[in-house]
Amino acid sequence: MRKLNKDRAFKGLTAFLALILFLLSVGILYKLIYSSRLSFEAFGFSFIFSREWDPVQKLFGALPFIWGTFVSSTLALVIALPISIGIAIFLVELAPRWMRQPVSFTIELLAAIPSVIYGLWGLFVLAPIMQNWIEPFLGKYLGFSPFFKGYPLGVGMLTGGIIIAIMIIPTISSISREVLSAVPGHQKEAALAIGMTKWEALWRVMLPYGKSGITGAVLLGYGRALGETMAITMVIGNTPSLSLSLFDPAYTIASVIANEFTEATYELYIASLIELGLILFVITFILNAFARFLLWRMKRFEEVRP
Amino acid sequence: MRNILILTLTLTLVIAFGITSAAEIINGAGATFPYPLYSKWFYTYEKSTGVKINYQSIGSGGGIQQVKAGTVDFGASDAPLPKEEIDKHGLIQFPMVSGAVAVIYNLPGIPIGLKLTSEVVADIYFGKIMKWNDQRIKEINPNLRIPELPIIVVHRSDGSGTTNIFTWFLSDVSNEWKTKVGSGTSVKWPVGIGGKGNEGVAGLVRGTKGAIGYVELAYALQTKMTYAILRNKDGNYVYPTLETTQAAAANASIPPDFYVRFTYAKGKDSYPIAGFTYLILRKNMDRNKLSTILKFVEWAYKNGDRDAKELSYVPIPETVKTKVLTELKKL
Repeated sequence: MRKLNKDRAFKGLTAFLALILFLLSVGILYKLIYSSRLSFEAFGFSFIFSREWDPVQKLFGALPFIWGTFVSSTLALVIALPISIGIAIFLVELAPRWMRQPVSFTIELLAAIPSVIYGLWGLFVLAPIMQNWIEPFLGKYLGFSPFFKGYPLGVGMLTGGIIIAIMIIPTISSISREVLSAVPGHQKEAALAIGMTKWEALWRVMLPYGKSGITGAVLLGYGRALGETMAITMVIGNTPSLSLSLFDPAYTIASVIANEFTEATYELYIASLIELGLILFVITFILNAFARFLLWRMKRFEEVRP
Repeated sequence: MRNILILTLTLTLVIAFGITSAAEIINGAGATFPYPLYSKWFYTYEKSTGVKINYQSIGSGGGIQQVKAGTVDFGASDAPLPKEEIDKHGLIQFPMVSGAVAVIYNLPGIPIGLKLTSEVVADIYFGKIMKWNDQRIKEINPNLRIPELPIIVVHRSDGSGTTNIFTWFLSDVSNEWKTKVGSGTSVKWPVGIGGKGNEGVAGLVRGTKGAIGYVELAYALQTKMTYAILRNKDGNYVYPTLETTQAAAANASIPPDFYVRFTYAKGKDSYPIAGFTYLILRKNMDRNKLSTILKFVEWAYKNGDRDAKELSYVPIPETVKTKVLTELKKL
């Protein structure tokens, strides 16, 4: 009887904690909507599609920031994903035993570095390297495409994407490593036993087995990329533009909020910045929902398959 | 035994709270630009008088909002508030110290002292002059071998009083700037890339050949940046220094609401990009706290100049100090 009560109490407690988190999210959403109503009244839905951001004329539009956030995060993911999966595979399958612990510890340590440090490193070390070596090289050989055009500034979308990629690699790789090491040994052994090479076992058995876990890792990384503020603010160039070229400076939602919120002196200005926050919230929500949908479809597809 | 313990604890608590409420604590919040100086002043002032002043450098915008809402005793802002704003919320503002903005650049082989006219600076920030070896720059620097580099314009990306002063200056110089871009803590820049904070702008300029930017004078001096000498309204080329900033402030006209703007000021020694940083109070604030703040302002005006100069801030002219104290005493 006593035991039952304890169980009940524990269940109640955990339910309460989960509820708090849910209420917090709802509260944030409500507050974001409420505080941005001034900007919504002034601009309506054109806020999302307008390219104008002029605090002096009191005109605000979010498009360049949405674009910058989306492109920089996606770029970061494109760079980080193969590297992270590679690291995870190496650590689980290929690395000699004595190397595994020190290397994974070092990678996890990277996650603990404050983002302002990444930002300053990006500005003082990475940006000059990009400007003097990498961007001229890319411009020379890939300059025919619209993505690598323009003067190499050192700061811009590409440098921003690389900085974020470096920051999300620890997240994605350490979760992927956990996921891969959780693949049951008999699965792998069975694959090897029927004559698969290591490569085939990896691609046909282990990675598909860990698919949903790895998707979770990617989502966490992407979430961090979308919301990353300090580091990217230092290196993205902070210019609201809609350029295709990765050399050009851009601007993200999180950066403009961090840059301008402290000195926003009138209410419409503050409301517009908060509406940007709301848009970021919604984008994150949609991406999460989309990823869940993908997972759900993959699962269903597998179940239907004979 | 237990009772004694409780009694002692209670007494200690009572005494402790008694002491803290007896000592005066003033809370303020706002601008980041004067923060190093303010914290030094508040520290010295507490040591000599026992009055504690807390200051949070959360940015001018936050400082203005909090003083309006009454959550702090004073706000601090790099830009003065317009008269309507002051009247509407029953506030009073007054300058504490001034600062100047230096135009910094990165041109290989060219040390401190590239000459620029104010008009050229404006046209560079407009994107009209795009190369360093432009005829207009070469003409005023006949003795320098200016490299053939594109000009990379750098500005502050975060809202800041420095940007406010700099865009005031550009608006004074160029009518087109005034109508098309205007002035403020953040503006819509026609060209260029944004760096966060002084360190961001300085970092971009240092790392990019052909870059031009603007930072607070104190920052430029402390980090040994190469800065330009500018032609002022009277046609003289002046270095940004404490003296030339003071010369500009001395020529400013001071209206009763202290909305002072002395960018592109007259006078042969005046440096053209400078401004005051302000404290803001509510007129109907607690009388005791008001008199405490008043005492502090008097003290800072009298004893604070040495600290200010040490940290590369520029003291405000004596005439302005007298005017402020007269106004404050009317409250």
